[in-house]
Amino acid sequence: MSAFTHPYFVHALLAGTAIALAAGLVGYFLVLRAQVFTGDALSHVAFTGALAALALGYDLRLGLFAATVLFAVLLGALGRRSRTDDVAIGSVFSWILGLGVFFLTLYTTSRNTGNGTAGVNVLFGSIFGLSSSQAELAAVVAGFICLAVLAIARPLLFASVDEAVAAARRVPVRLLGIAFLILVGACAAEAAQAVGSLLLLGLLAAPAGAAARLTDRPYHALALSAGLAVAEMWAGLALSYYVPQLPPSFAIMAVATAVYAVALIGVRRPRARPGLAEA
Amino acid sequence: MNWADASAGWSWNPVTDLQQIWAFPFMVNAFRAGTVVAVLAAVMGWFMVLRRQSFAGHTLAVVSFPGAAFATLLGIGAGFGYFAFCVGGALVIAAIPRAGQGGSGQESALTGTVQAFLLACGFLFVALYKGFLGGVNSLLFGSFLGITTLQVAVLTIVAAAALGALTVIGRPLLFASVDENVATGRGVPVRALSVVFLVLLGTATAEASQITGTLLVFALLVMPAAAAQQLTARPALSLALSVLIALAVTWTGLIAAYYSPYPIGFYVTTFAFSVYVLARATRALNTAVGRHRFAGAGAGAGAGAVA
Repeated sequence: MSAFTHPYFVHALLAGTAIALAAGLVGYFLVLRAQVFTGDALSHVAFTGALAALALGYDLRLGLFAATVLFAVLLGALGRRSRTDDVAIGSVFSWILGLGVFFLTLYTTSRNTGNGTAGVNVLFGSIFGLSSSQAELAAVVAGFICLAVLAIARPLLFASVDEAVAAARRVPVRLLGIAFLILVGACAAEAAQAVGSLLLLGLLAAPAGAAARLTDRPYHALALSAGLAVAEMWAGLALSYYVPQLPPSFAIMAVATAVYAVALIGVRRPRARPGLAEA
Repeated sequence: MNWADASAGWSWNPVTDLQQIWAFPFMVNAFRAGTVVAVLAAVMGWFMVLRRQSFAGHTLAVVSFPGAAFATLLGIGAGFGYFAFCVGGALVIAAIPRAGQGGSGQESALTGTVQAFLLACGFLFVALYKGFLGGVNSLLFGSFLGITTLQVAVLTIVAAAALGALTVIGRPLLFASVDENVATGRGVPVRALSVVFLVLLGTATAEASQITGTLLVFALLVMPAAAAQQLTARPALSLALSVLIALAVTWTGLIAAYYSPYPIGFYVTTFAFSVYVLARATRALNTAVGRHRFAGAGAGAGAGAVA
């Protein structure tokens, strides 16, 4: 295989595999807990955080992680009350993005090292541009996220499926929720490096949505989601390598969307369980 | 564009400042286009907020990015791409019942995937169209430079047509938006109205995207309307207020962007968001004062009764 002789491809494969694994695991719980909207929120925050760090002269990843994890803690602290007012939430996101544009201009105009494509790279990712140290760090962090998710998987599953019963059984529901959101934040920061902040929602939602469609059994779905995410990442990277016109983030997204579409259309669920249909 | 030549600085005299700004044809066009878009977006946004369809607006805005990028790739004007994709997207949303709503779990996973895929498609078109990478920022975050007189004319005609259509369906639409069940019972064609409105919303989104960019459409479409509806509950008044806020935000945004190196998207979102926050604060204050008065009166009455 000639692809593996190129260091950039090996780095992308290393980082991409780890990131996809983490995104598949985290994404499954995100879909299960109906918190996909949180992923949307984090994508906006990731953009602004990364560009703020660049504008202030820090490493991009520092801004990514600081912004997403901080925001996740904030969301967790606020609780789920604010979910209903989508106008307020949408306005806040929109403003955060506007602020990101401000930092982008600040970065491109004030720093002579700044390049005009910084904004595009943050928005749409540049996985083929990772250096070996960046790729290794991304893989290690993603590995930690995977381990953490697996460590809390059982109580988190319980709390996600039936929060009230879990709370009654003395599962620390609230703490688990916050811990999970922090993991989502870290995972979003990781995914932003691979496919960019605008597209990370797809990486989180598509494999998980497909997995949830294919099987009802939680642990199978969790494993399937992670497996699908990794397979889609590999297929996307290969596609982008052999068809250089396709940017890697588009190739990954296209494969992920295609798999999800097949799962949606091809798999007919035994939907009509009489009696449950109303609920 | 050399900013030092173009602007002699802010003089705190609005008349000379506006004269100075309007000495440039591109700024005159920017103000014309901004005014048209602000009025249309505010009116459509008002109905959208009332109907709680801001999620549909968000999706339509996302659709506009691949539309504009695809049109640029084909070499036709980005405006055509905006309109074609947004109206097409509106028809798709209208065709799928319950699409364009947040929903939970599986449904929102689907929406998120579709949105991410559309943005990825836009990125693909941009990547295929070489040498356009700088333009991504203006597609996503808006730009007021280089608006031609022809574009202004197209924006105005489309906006006039959309507003005309809205005046025709305005009354039944308001009825259907406020109470769908009663409206259905009274024989109002609720479903047809909803489809027509989505198409109109698509055109409004397409217009707003050309000023604020795909990602910041909320600034003109949602925030003025949401602020106005916080301030007053009377439909006509809050509709007028919404238009006024959108106009003020656009004009101040244009002026601020003219005098500084930062993009218009930042100013428009920031101004609109501050108005929204102020409106919410005003309402919260009013409610608190009202409650305080009520509590005071109640306590007084209670004390009187005891005495």
